[in-house]
Amino acid sequence: MRDFMKMTTSTLAALAFSGSLATAGDVEVLHWWTSGGEAAALNVLKGDLENQGIGWQDMPVAGGGGTEAMTVLRARVTAGDAPTAVQALGFDILDWGAQGALADLNAVAAKEGWDDVVPAALQAFAKHDGKWISAPVNVHSTNWVWANKAVLDANGIAVPQTWEDFTAAVDALSAAGVTPIAHGGQAWQDATVFDAVAMSTGGPEFYKAAFIDLDEEALGSDTMKEAFDRMAFIRANVDDNFSGRDWNLATAMVINGEAGFQMMGDWAKGEFLNAGKVPGEDFLCFRFPGTQEQVTFNADQFMMFDQGGVVSKEQAALASAILSPSFQSAFNVVKGSVPARTDVSDEAFDACGKQGMADLAAAASSGNLFGSMAHGHANQASVKNAIYDVVTAHFNGEYDSATAVEELVDAVSIAQ
Amino acid sequence: MAAATQDSAIRTGRVTRTLIYLVLILFALFYMLPLYVMMVNSVKPLSEITGGGMMSLPDVWTIEPWKKAWSTAQIGVEPTGLRPYFWNSISMVVPAVAISTVLGALNGYVLTKWRFRYDTILFGLMLFACFIPFQIVLIPMAAVLGFLGLAGSTAGLVLVHVVYGIGFSTLYFRNYYAVFPTELVRAAQIDGAGFFQIFWRILLPSSGPIAVVCIIWQFTNIWNDFLFGASFASGNGAPMTVALNNLVQSSTGVKEYNVHFAGAILAALPTLLVYIVAGRYFVRGLMAGSVKG
Amino acid sequence: MSDRTQADFQTRLQNWLPKLVLSPSLAMIFVFVYGFILFTVYISFTDSRILPFVGNGGKPAYDLIGFSNYDKLFSLSHWEISITNMAIFAGLYIGICSLVGLMLAIFLDQKIRGEGLLRPLYLYPMALSFIVTGTAWKWFLDPAIGLENIVQTWGWTSFTFDWIKNRDFAIYTVVLAAVWQSSGFVMAMFLAGLRGIDNEILKAAQMDGASNWNLYRRIIIPQLRPAFLSAFVILAHLAIKTFDLVIAMTGGGPGRATELPATFMYSYTFSRNQMGIGASSAVIMLMTIAAIMIPYLYAELKEKK
Repeated sequence: MRDFMKMTTSTLAALAFSGSLATAGDVEVLHWWTSGGEAAALNVLKGDLENQGIGWQDMPVAGGGGTEAMTVLRARVTAGDAPTAVQALGFDILDWGAQGALADLNAVAAKEGWDDVVPAALQAFAKHDGKWISAPVNVHSTNWVWANKAVLDANGIAVPQTWEDFTAAVDALSAAGVTPIAHGGQAWQDATVFDAVAMSTGGPEFYKAAFIDLDEEALGSDTMKEAFDRMAFIRANVDDNFSGRDWNLATAMVINGEAGFQMMGDWAKGEFLNAGKVPGEDFLCFRFPGTQEQVTFNADQFMMFDQGGVVSKEQAALASAILSPSFQSAFNVVKGSVPARTDVSDEAFDACGKQGMADLAAAASSGNLFGSMAHGHANQASVKNAIYDVVTAHFNGEYDSATAVEELVDAVSIAQ
Repeated sequence: MAAATQDSAIRTGRVTRTLIYLVLILFALFYMLPLYVMMVNSVKPLSEITGGGMMSLPDVWTIEPWKKAWSTAQIGVEPTGLRPYFWNSISMVVPAVAISTVLGALNGYVLTKWRFRYDTILFGLMLFACFIPFQIVLIPMAAVLGFLGLAGSTAGLVLVHVVYGIGFSTLYFRNYYAVFPTELVRAAQIDGAGFFQIFWRILLPSSGPIAVVCIIWQFTNIWNDFLFGASFASGNGAPMTVALNNLVQSSTGVKEYNVHFAGAILAALPTLLVYIVAGRYFVRGLMAGSVKG
Repeated sequence: MSDRTQADFQTRLQNWLPKLVLSPSLAMIFVFVYGFILFTVYISFTDSRILPFVGNGGKPAYDLIGFSNYDKLFSLSHWEISITNMAIFAGLYIGICSLVGLMLAIFLDQKIRGEGLLRPLYLYPMALSFIVTGTAWKWFLDPAIGLENIVQTWGWTSFTFDWIKNRDFAIYTVVLAAVWQSSGFVMAMFLAGLRGIDNEILKAAQMDGASNWNLYRRIIIPQLRPAFLSAFVILAHLAIKTFDLVIAMTGGGPGRATELPATFMYSYTFSRNQMGIGASSAVIMLMTIAAIMIPYLYAELKEKK
């Protein structure tokens, strides 16, 4: 017995030293890009750093669109063992910045001229108190519609430009026995559609007032009720089986011609390309009708945790590699998103990518670039989730539009 | 097997027996269902799955998904497959199960054969500890591990699993030793045997069945844990479930369902094996004490 | 009791050894369970959002705000849904698992040929985590690809089974999957209990002309009481910790129809950055567990003395 105990204690002692702590000269990176294309793209970054003699300690934690990774991050920070660099989104970055946990990247930013090439709306999520605290990797825009070209052609439908065009197209598809809209009933997917619908219904001022400024009047307005009514129209035109479906499977419905449209962010393109489809020939990508001018976005960034007051050499190298035009192009071609800086050549991108880059640049310069509510770039997580609750309850028939508006006002005020 | 040789006193008629077999087989099919779904989808190309044939047998059989899940699938930035994480899990599970089982056995021994004042209350407190939801201990646990310098190490994970495992292991051994004749212990004491000698020579040799129950229980729970593994292991030291999660969860990437299912079965193989190999001893172990007063 | 131990042992060391052996476990439990519970209670009275420890320049990042987290908690319809679901889920889950487990155990105890094959089939679900089986269940229950579709292609076109998509029934599909996972384990516990019953009593009762039904009802099942109690502890513990299952199968949906307290707590603590509310929900959960378990533990442990 005692021998056994002795043995286990010594094993324990041996194990205590086997944990891999990031050594000097390494960066430890916490991220949730684990699916094939994303991880391969990140490998480019790893290669860049290795060429400079900097090792890469990988710490992937997938799940819940980054929620799991954020939970793990809290455990790591609490344990006093924060990773060097952490993938993060929107308000999470600002929250960590406000806690004073992030390193100041201003020196790198000044040297590389980030201020001039990163859109202001995006800078708002990468700076705290005038200091750069994270390095943006990409911009995803979320107000896209994906359509099966053959299905549209067969029913004589042109790309809809207005909500009325869209309802007519949906009715035509419905009459033809095709599921008009492919949708996955998960809270974030419902909210992604709601983003675009609200933008289209009330225009950019309304969107900003309701979702970014959380103005009670806008939240409780008739315009909001109209937006919920339009959601009800969309709900009436998805198949019976939408609830709980992964977005990938909804995309597959469009790919297979079972459905006409899907409202989803630019990452949906990867599914089409993976199925051997060609943009413009087999499938179409266009902005949600009535939001042609606007871009709602979310952006992945890497925030750098403070390593004793200064930015380490490795963190600076990582940040500058992330923002380098060659990585921005290589990564975003694979990811489906567009570069976070507007001066990258669009040569390597396909038709949808080129359009996305042009739209982003135009929206950024005309003040039409807005953070996506559904993807945590309009407000705090608590508010975002409170809005999710209402949108999803309404979409699933728990509330009618009038009740949904009332509930929305209440839920947002409780969550603040 | 104890089961087959035991002479049951119940006699049943032919019709009843047929019905019984029917019910038993129906339930067996019910239990097999998810495994069937996982198996058939792990051996067909992705296009058949996204094409809608999730429940049917494959048109084209392939073992590519299995190979990919094991050795080439993307877990993090490196396409390593699940293979390297297998050992991580083993090196965490084996010490954690061993330590919590040994502690459980000793605790059970003390609580039944060396009783002292308030021992029942202490046991009650240990048992109640089984019910604590793991989500709430995450942050304070991180602080303690950081304080102990065990953050991001396998030793830290082992500690966590031992802590939250001893409640059940103590329960199993206590109930088992409770029906073990105390006279034998007293007799050994009179012969001058010490605390550990009695445990080693008298209780331990007959603890096989309950040890099997305890080991199966702990092994399954610790192997399947995700939350602690993700939070308290370093990237390269992550256990199998964390790697599996990285394989199957992707928010904005293409989902290769066939590879996911193959990976899922691979990750579950050790626990499945434990149940199948040790399953027969399992019922015997439960029978030998843990469900008796 | 302590008199006896003293009489039996000469050295002080021997006297203290049992307590010494027990103490590491107790210390761990007190720190890692009860200490953390106290910590959670404390957090529930603060307005903590992201992290309780990392302060802004050394200051704690929260204020004490009394009971207002509890006020907020009970005004949230989300919490009400979770609690109601927990009651439905736990009741059905524990009830059905016990019934199915008992039935299978009794049937398997009839000298069944192939018992050795059937038993692992019933037991194996306990070995799998829901990260693994969630998707399989989700697809099987999905009307378009799973059971409904299969039965319809067999020719019964009016067959519908769309519970997982239906707000009022989705929670029952969660029960179904949970029963699938644990009922085999309960079967093993009952089977062990049945095999432990003295056959002589049964034979005597049979001589007196008792029918099988009466034999089970009057003699065998009452003797399984300890097995019932052990099964109850294990099932109650699993019910309260049910988390992965919901996340993998329904994600709490459709809408919020399958939220449970554990998913609520996780969501408020970690994804909604309202750690104070998350902690208060954890405290309420722990109090509920205590209210159920303490009387049970008291009765159980007192009896055995």
